[in-house]
Amino acid sequence: MSGDLALQTPPLTWLDVGAAADVPYQGARRVETDKGAIAVFRTVDNDYYAVMDKCPHKGGPLSEGIVHGRHIACPLHNWSFSLETGEAVGVDAGKGCTPTVPLKIENARIFLGLR
Amino acid sequence: MAFHSEPVAKPRIVVIGAGMAGGRIVEEILKRDDRMFDISIIGAESCATYDRIQLSPVLAGEKTFEQIVTHSQDWYDLNGVKTHFGCWVQGIDRDARRVVLHDGQTIAYDCLILATGSDPIRLPLPGADLSGVVAFRDLHDVDLMQKAAEAGGEAVVIGGGLLGLEAAYGLAKRGMKATVIHLVDVLMERQLDEAAGRLLEKALAERGVSAVLNAQSEAILGETHVEGLKLKDGRVIPASLLVMAVGIRPHVEPAKSAGLTVERGIVVDDQMRTSDPFIFAVGECVQHRGQCYGLVAPIWDMCRTLADVLTGKNPQAAYLGSELATRLKVSGVDLYSAGQFNGGDGCEDIVFRDPARGVYKRIVIKNDQLVGAVLFGEAADGGWYFDLIKKGESIGEIRDTLIFGQAVTEALAGVDPNAAVAAWPDDTEVCGCNGVSKGAVVAAISGGADTLDKVRGCTKASASCGSCTGIVEQLLKVTLGDAFKAQTGPKPMCKCTHHGHAVVRQAIVEQGLKTIPDVMQALKWETPDGCSSCRPALNYYLLCAWPREYQDDPRSRFVNERNHANIQKDGTYSVVPRMWGGVTSARELRAIADVVDKFNLPMVKVTGGQRLDIFGVKKEDLPAVWADLNAAGMVSGHAYAKALRTVKTCVGSEWCRFGTQDSTGLGIRLEQDTWGSWMPHKFKMAVSGCPRNCAEATIKDFGVICVDSGYELHVGGNGGIHLRGTDLLCKVATEAEAREYSMAFVQFYREDAWYLERTAPWIERVGLEAIKAKLFDEETRKALMARFLESQAVFQVDPWAEHAPQSEPAKVFSPLADLRSEKKEMAR
Repeated sequence: MSGDLALQTPPLTWLDVGAAADVPYQGARRVETDKGAIAVFRTVDNDYYAVMDKCPHKGGPLSEGIVHGRHIACPLHNWSFSLETGEAVGVDAGKGCTPTVPLKIENARIFLGLR
Repeated sequence: MAFHSEPVAKPRIVVIGAGMAGGRIVEEILKRDDRMFDISIIGAESCATYDRIQLSPVLAGEKTFEQIVTHSQDWYDLNGVKTHFGCWVQGIDRDARRVVLHDGQTIAYDCLILATGSDPIRLPLPGADLSGVVAFRDLHDVDLMQKAAEAGGEAVVIGGGLLGLEAAYGLAKRGMKATVIHLVDVLMERQLDEAAGRLLEKALAERGVSAVLNAQSEAILGETHVEGLKLKDGRVIPASLLVMAVGIRPHVEPAKSAGLTVERGIVVDDQMRTSDPFIFAVGECVQHRGQCYGLVAPIWDMCRTLADVLTGKNPQAAYLGSELATRLKVSGVDLYSAGQFNGGDGCEDIVFRDPARGVYKRIVIKNDQLVGAVLFGEAADGGWYFDLIKKGESIGEIRDTLIFGQAVTEALAGVDPNAAVAAWPDDTEVCGCNGVSKGAVVAAISGGADTLDKVRGCTKASASCGSCTGIVEQLLKVTLGDAFKAQTGPKPMCKCTHHGHAVVRQAIVEQGLKTIPDVMQALKWETPDGCSSCRPALNYYLLCAWPREYQDDPRSRFVNERNHANIQKDGTYSVVPRMWGGVTSARELRAIADVVDKFNLPMVKVTGGQRLDIFGVKKEDLPAVWADLNAAGMVSGHAYAKALRTVKTCVGSEWCRFGTQDSTGLGIRLEQDTWGSWMPHKFKMAVSGCPRNCAEATIKDFGVICVDSGYELHVGGNGGIHLRGTDLLCKVATEAEAREYSMAFVQFYREDAWYLERTAPWIERVGLEAIKAKLFDEETRKALMARFLESQAVFQVDPWAEHAPQSEPAKVFSPLADLRSEKKEMAR
């Protein structure tokens, strides 16, 4: 199925959005795009993730939540999401998913894979 | 001293079955005499002994497997017990007195103990052999269920008894849609009456478990893997996992083929002896006086009896059967049932119902004795009722109040509940889960275990289901007297730890823990960096304990405190400047009006705390808004913080014809004393100039009512969801005293309350008397005030001034990059 999807969708364009060090530990920064804001996270283990900055529940800005492990707690109603899959976890599991955005770090710079 | 040239051969005990009964009988024997026997244990599961009852929390993800192991391989090794795990018994040769294992090995015995437990019943439905159909009995089943739950989808559980409901709850908690199919029209009908069953149904529905009652299963559908369940009435319920939890049946095979007397279970006498005098049996495989048991308490009773008999500690010990009590292990559903709850001839019922709170209690009385109880919604008194049932004493004198529980009954009877516990004989069982007696708990406390946690650590009492926590605390109080500090109770802070707030706070101070990672390390946190509920709490506890040393962690603060503004539903913020005592000026109003115009803000609102709230500020504009307000001399109102919010005032003697004192002035001074102080929760004050109370001081955390002769100080009011009027703390003569008391009260609250506990519930928890005792003692009061002032010296800082627009932290208020087509260049 992913193969079919790849055929239909345009290839990724990797864009440099800033220095890795500019995202605080256990924190996030926003990247504004025409399709809405993207939240770039840095975990306690120094892993980086990017998801759309919008909670599927009430549109809360996930970039303002508390990062714990590889999860983010939405600041509006405290739903938790996996940063790896974007899926709601815990008591709200199965109720929604926020789209993830491909991310890579090269030469201490953050690149987002956008279409 | 005599020397033996060769070791004396000890009598050999062989235990078949390494489940809860097998592990327990070994432990009970060793406890009485650890040198008398040469013990071997045989277990089919290839791991150590674990607490099968706790599989439900493991399935629900509330516990790990390691946490439920009761006897590990190490434990057996240390105690010199030979283990044969992963082995099963092929036969028992009674003539030669030896056990033959599946691999041909033989083990000789002088005394054999069968603890073979029971098997889950599998309904012979068509499709029962499809993959995805499991029982809920052992670790293997839990593994299968967890894997299935990872894929999500729908689960059907056949059986609405204790086990079935716990299975369904665990699956729902792991994200599956769970449906329970039950044959009759009441859930847990063997433990509950109809009314409690309905409440349970509702409570489960709120937790994602739906129930189909009066439903008979016909066939399990699917090709190779289960796809659904078909009911007799034609309904089909889709399912990718089907759990059968319809009951258990004693596992009697080895006993039967050895020719022992077996009916429904292995028949034993009052000393647990089977029809062969060298073979004994304990646990669920047993039939005693016609009864088979499927609960844990009888196992403990049986094991104690048998150990007494075998070790000769009490050769006349006899097991006389057990009264049964059940507690449902579903988080947040308090359900307890004991004895003969469904009444019968000559029984009378007393029923208490409070549907709004979801509380239902029913007790059954026969011949002036308590014989049964069902509790739903509030089950803390379960153990007390159960004890009354077991004792069988006359309840005539307490009958009027019995339904209201232990505290009310004993208070009205003039009994100190602690005294009752103190009078218990030493062998009274305190913790049913772990079989710990009062004597053992008291011995541990006398030996230095002076906190609930330490008692749990060395006796296991209260460490499993936690229902006996209250009793253990009473024993701590009785044994230690004033040296006992009230404990946290059984409720952990969050899923990352099993410690409660009080234990964590105490550890921070006693062990000198100074960072969040230190606390997590020392207290064995179970997640790498906590979660959104424990991290803010830890951050607060640390800054309260070590104001001078602790480095605040903004990443463990809720967005509002990190951004110094209130996040609103559209992601914009509102900003509230401080207006001391509710007083403002033309200059301040002009500055606010200018900010509103400059940033095109949509609304300004007067708050309930006599200030102006400016709405609709974009995050990136926050630093500039603060700078403008700051320039007019205004500081942050902390309207977003767990800290002092407002001090509401009336005009008092300065203008009002009734005012008795300068209430506005006192309000301003109280606000100047306390602003910027971080607290467990938001904190509001008010000062009213006369008893007409225009500032509504009697629903504030700290309120002052000025009267002719001085100041009435009130505490613990709350106008929130649960309205609570204040308690009168005391009356003082001077303004200086009023301020001193306010600071001491605030500091006591800061040091003692749990994070997110407002003063109202805090006062109800610790009691007004405890607060008076602290504050009325001059030395204590002064010390509290001194600690408060020390903290204020560090934290009384205006966050707006700190984050001037060009400052380094202000950078995070702007986007990392802006890729929108109208703004191609990168923002920094």
